[in-house]
Amino acid sequence: MEVLKIATAGSVDDGKSTLIGRILYDTKSLTTDKLEAIEKTSKQRGYDYLDFSLATDGLVAEREQGITIDVAHIYFSTKKKSYIIADTPGHVEYTRNMVTGASTSQASIILIDARKGVIEQTNRHFFINNLLRIKDVVVAINKMDLVDYSEEVYNKIKADFSELMSKRDYQDQNITFIPVSALKGDNVVNKSEAMSWYKGAALLEHLEQLDKADIFNAGTPRFPVQYVVRPKTEEFHDYRGYAGKVYGGDLSVGDDIIVLPSKTRSKIKDIYFYDEKYETASRRSSVTITLENDINVSRGDMIVKEGDIPTIDKQFTANVCWMDSNQLTAGGKYVIQHGVNKVLAKVDRINHKINPDYSGIDKEATGLNINDIASVTFKLNKPIFYDQFKNHRTNGSFIIIDTQSNNTVGAGFIQ
Amino acid sequence: MKKDTSHINSLENEAIYIMREVAAQFEKPVLLFSGGKDSITLVRLAVKAFYPAKVPFPLMHIDTGHNFPETIEFRDRLVKELGLELIVRNVQDSIDEGKVKEESGRYASRNMLQTTTLLDAIEEFKFDACIGGARRDEEKARAKERIFSVRDDFGQWDEKNQRPELFDMLNGEIELGQNVRVFPISNWTELDVWSYIEKENIEIPSIYFAHKRKVFLRDGMIWSAEDDVVYRDEDEEVIEEMVRFRTVGDMSCTAAVLSEAVSISKVVEEIRDSTISERGARIDDKRSEAAMEKRKQQGYF
Ligand SMILES: Nc1nc2c(ncn2[C@@H]2O[C@H](COP(=O)(O)OP(=O)(O)OP(=O)(O)O)[C@@H](O)[C@H]2O)c(=O)[nH]1
Ligand SMILES: [Mg+2]
Repeated sequence: MEVLKIATAGSVDDGKSTLIGRILYDTKSLTTDKLEAIEKTSKQRGYDYLDFSLATDGLVAEREQGITIDVAHIYFSTKKKSYIIADTPGHVEYTRNMVTGASTSQASIILIDARKGVIEQTNRHFFINNLLRIKDVVVAINKMDLVDYSEEVYNKIKADFSELMSKRDYQDQNITFIPVSALKGDNVVNKSEAMSWYKGAALLEHLEQLDKADIFNAGTPRFPVQYVVRPKTEEFHDYRGYAGKVYGGDLSVGDDIIVLPSKTRSKIKDIYFYDEKYETASRRSSVTITLENDINVSRGDMIVKEGDIPTIDKQFTANVCWMDSNQLTAGGKYVIQHGVNKVLAKVDRINHKINPDYSGIDKEATGLNINDIASVTFKLNKPIFYDQFKNHRTNGSFIIIDTQSNNTVGAGFIQ
Repeated sequence: MKKDTSHINSLENEAIYIMREVAAQFEKPVLLFSGGKDSITLVRLAVKAFYPAKVPFPLMHIDTGHNFPETIEFRDRLVKELGLELIVRNVQDSIDEGKVKEESGRYASRNMLQTTTLLDAIEEFKFDACIGGARRDEEKARAKERIFSVRDDFGQWDEKNQRPELFDMLNGEIELGQNVRVFPISNWTELDVWSYIEKENIEIPSIYFAHKRKVFLRDGMIWSAEDDVVYRDEDEEVIEEMVRFRTVGDMSCTAAVLSEAVSISKVVEEIRDSTISERGARIDDKRSEAAMEKRKQQGYF
């Protein structure tokens, strides 16, 4: 069955969690015990409706404050598709968790409160969605019940949002507008009777017909070596297998390959998945490869096809999402994890900060604060083998690790 | 061609990738093995990830002493057949040493007590990564877990301050004394696990299949009357029913469900049509709304 990974986005209280709870409820995906728990808590709190956000807001602090703090992953399926929905927080403080949820999604739903319209956080989340090059975006204009299901309000918000769209960098992103009420269930799973002026599909119907887009876009094969398999048993005495996941394109037995960074040439001898041999390994499969020649390959090396090699360099420039309360400044030293490869990195310069409301850039910026997005140039202590993010999601992205706290403090997309 | 097309294949590929990251990034990993279907699935994935080499880490069972006898038999046979190393640490020992106190009464269970034994064992062996079979679809607090989830010196989960986890880059950097809980089947649902068991033809303990058992009813749930660790009042009437277990945790807090499913394909069918969740039959989750989160904060799996 086809799987669709979706992330929610939008400002705090726009109704993301409620929307997901509503989808689960209307598709009868909530089991009886979970539904009873929601009914019980809603009643205790004196609500005259079911608070569907309780279906995803699983932490005590979230339920007490009525906000989402960290991503919840929710699973449900229809006859057509399996869905994995990442319900992300809207609060600015938790932007890092929103990025976490969005990074593995191929579609996103940006919610807008119909009473508030497009606000700063809508801009920021749309910007991040576009930076991540998420293929399909649904702009769900929510709480239509509170604006008398007005077509005018809907059109006004649509026009405001369209202005942002014209400025986005990744223009091929598909964007669809749907007026909904998560609380009442209008245009979520069932078409709304109160909004007969809206002729498009309800949200779920729309998601059902999305093409299966491969978020780890097709391209050229990259095989980062994760682990060297050396059984050292009698039966497999000389066996030296390179375990890893194939990214970008397929690899086949007999392919002429180059191992980076040594640039040693060889050929693929066998492709194993467990105890079976295969002629070809398709992308995203976790296989073990053996080579014709006995060469020295270790974790962090990369096997690529001859004639198709990535950029090999000790320096690069990337768009960085900064996620730490300590500033990033020029000269700062970090560990960069690029795939399974770790290198020491120094911030060479901050080229400019980007205003995520699409109002331009700030060339004078000297430091990055939490939630800032900026173009940054790094220098590395040894070369890495990378592609541009727009051509290769996996080989074009990295995380930044603080050497003191070991925390993941940023994410980057190579330009 | 080795493909990633179907859903279950892509979940398998992801889990194998995670297993290999654990082996590469940590010095002393361990796979927490409970004898349940999820940890049996983990063992299968570990075997596949490193073939033809051996699984490069041991299994560890924190034995509550309240396991279904079938589970223990099964466990010992499995490690023998696969040539795996097994470490067992007993909750009974923690009780005898006075580190934890046995609960009493109707809902007495050793489920909570496991945490102390687990944390002691982690310290004893200096494990830096513990692979577990928790899934995000099981419970609302678990839905919030990362794949690499850092625990401090006290085994605690800081749920409000988790590391961002982007794409499939897993950051396993930790300080001495910390450890990482790793969940390779985070994105699997209960149905996915059963479909995988069916597809791979994996053997599982007999209590997962429908069988005749002496049971009694309490709080709308079905409890085993065949094992004396399950507390039963005099007036709670014993009857015989066809039942199976959906999870095989500590016997004292795991209820059975009525079932006719005697084979894996029947179990898969039954799960597909089920209207209650897997943990709906676990009394430990029903203690309070936040039972799981509290246990996790203290170092539970
Ligand atoms: N009237 C009305 N209220 C709604 C609707 N959708 C959500 N709400 C209410 O808006 C409030 C916030 O909803 P949530 O679902 O928690 O919002 P959220 O976007 O998940 O918030 P964060 O996760 O904290 O960013 C709750 O009180 C909901 O009941 C709607 O369509 N109509
Ligand atoms: Mg929310």
